[in-house]
Amino acid sequence: MAQSVYIPRLTRGALKVWRRNWDVFFKTYQVNFLPPFIEPILYLLAIGFGLGMFVGEIDGVPYVEFIAPALVAISIMNSAFFECTYSSFVRMYYQKTFDAMIATPLALDEVIAGELLWGATRSFIYSSVMLAVLIAFGVVDLPLSLFILPFSFLAGLLFAGIAMCFTAITPGIDALNYPSFLFITPMFLFSGTFFPLDVLPGGLQIFARGFLPLTQVVTVTRSLTLSDLSPYFLYSIGWISVLTVLFFFVSIHLMKRRLIV
Amino acid sequence: MDATTPIIDAQDLSKTFGSFVAVNNISFSVFPGEVFGFLGPNGAGKTTTMKMIQCVSPKSGGSLKVFGREAGIYQRSIKKRLGVVPQETNLDTEFTCFENLLVYSRYFGIPKQEATGRIEELLRFVQLEEKRDVLIERLSGGMKRRLVLARALINNPDLLVLDEPTIGLDPQARHLIWEKLKVLQAQGNTIVFTTHYLEEAERLCNRLVIMDEGKILVEGSPADLVSGHVGSDIVEAEHTPEVIACIENMGVSYEVFGDMVQIFTDNPREVAKSLFDTCNPGHVFARRGSLEDVFLKLTGRALKD
Repeated sequence: MAQSVYIPRLTRGALKVWRRNWDVFFKTYQVNFLPPFIEPILYLLAIGFGLGMFVGEIDGVPYVEFIAPALVAISIMNSAFFECTYSSFVRMYYQKTFDAMIATPLALDEVIAGELLWGATRSFIYSSVMLAVLIAFGVVDLPLSLFILPFSFLAGLLFAGIAMCFTAITPGIDALNYPSFLFITPMFLFSGTFFPLDVLPGGLQIFARGFLPLTQVVTVTRSLTLSDLSPYFLYSIGWISVLTVLFFFVSIHLMKRRLIV
Repeated sequence: MDATTPIIDAQDLSKTFGSFVAVNNISFSVFPGEVFGFLGPNGAGKTTTMKMIQCVSPKSGGSLKVFGREAGIYQRSIKKRLGVVPQETNLDTEFTCFENLLVYSRYFGIPKQEATGRIEELLRFVQLEEKRDVLIERLSGGMKRRLVLARALINNPDLLVLDEPTIGLDPQARHLIWEKLKVLQAQGNTIVFTTHYLEEAERLCNRLVIMDEGKILVEGSPADLVSGHVGSDIVEAEHTPEVIACIENMGVSYEVFGDMVQIFTDNPREVAKSLFDTCNPGHVFARRGSLEDVFLKLTGRALKD
């Protein structure tokens, strides 16, 4: 078939798709802004201060400051991932929004690219709100923590791309529960989020460092909020950048295979 | 483009999904200003054909030119000039009527100021100006359909493609859509649509094709198809052996449908008279031949799906 040669057709059209999602988001902003505001407060109180009473310090860092950057990283992951799985699937399958868009000069490549950029934007919006709360609690360093803002877009784009791959191959909306529980939940727990990776068995440590995107994202956010930039920081940025580009194009390709028949 | 260059030109067009042949070597041309219908039972290949014309589904064989350009290659420039009413209403439920059209106008790159004026005009055209700022979920089925029609007109299209424009609507809502399509037709727009409502095809089309199982069975104007395939009139009588014997004697063509015999004729008075004169027909009923008779004759009476 003509589609076997893959050249994405990307123009500024992708921004129009992005803008559509942006407009919908701000139509319902009252419900959209509450979770990123409440969530870190709950976690900081329950885990940071509550559990932190018993943990004390990790590597010389108060426990609440240890988990604060992980909360931002998790929010980057969740907002892009759930946007580009369940929400994108609803737009694609139930609302037929993609069909409406490709009946215009927009190509499917641009529709998917717009969805990915929007997923990344959601990560940016949510982590910004969360960062503001963390700054208010005084548990992150300034000014380096502010670099989380541009970084959240990059990392968000990575999770958006991964999510869109699942959306492209899922048989139905219920099957999206599998990546949520088998991929997102383990990452939430085993990416150096609530305890350092060193305590895990050697094999798991290597797996977490090599294959779990959230590990890399937590490394970056923690380096920034603790003002502690090690060479490993650069490795993480590189790892994230390469995979972001890869998943961006792979997800567009898989979506075309699904929808252009 | 002059009137002799077709807007759509399909030659031996086909589409397969794996081993299933959805569209099987069809050829047709649609000329400027025509209203061209695709009629057929479910699964005839009508929607697949529409999707190929819209450049969203690649063909499997043959050639398909829209505005004189190959549909598989010049998708973007063709789509810029198309207006599409899809079978499923896919409006943005989070937006109002106005916002739906505005967001859609951006996909065509229409500047906001120009779009705003055009949207007010279109909302008036489809009689939704009072619903301008109402969310989609509060609209009736007919209103949603009209809004989709308005959305399809946002870019002043050179070709309007409608897939089952009045599906699932009550008679009042259907008549309102037909009225709007009539206006568009009178303005010289080229319109292609699918339907399985025969009345719709009969009212709107200049020309139509009847499709079944991926093939085009016949093509022509509604009147020509009726006179060519069933004759101008139909006389119906009760199906009894006596009546059949009578008809056989008269030497006219007929078909039996359940407890009814249909006689296709251009001369209903005489047929009815000789039925009454020579046999005991019970109820006899004469009426004009319709597209429905052509359709049922060609596609058979068996349930399609």
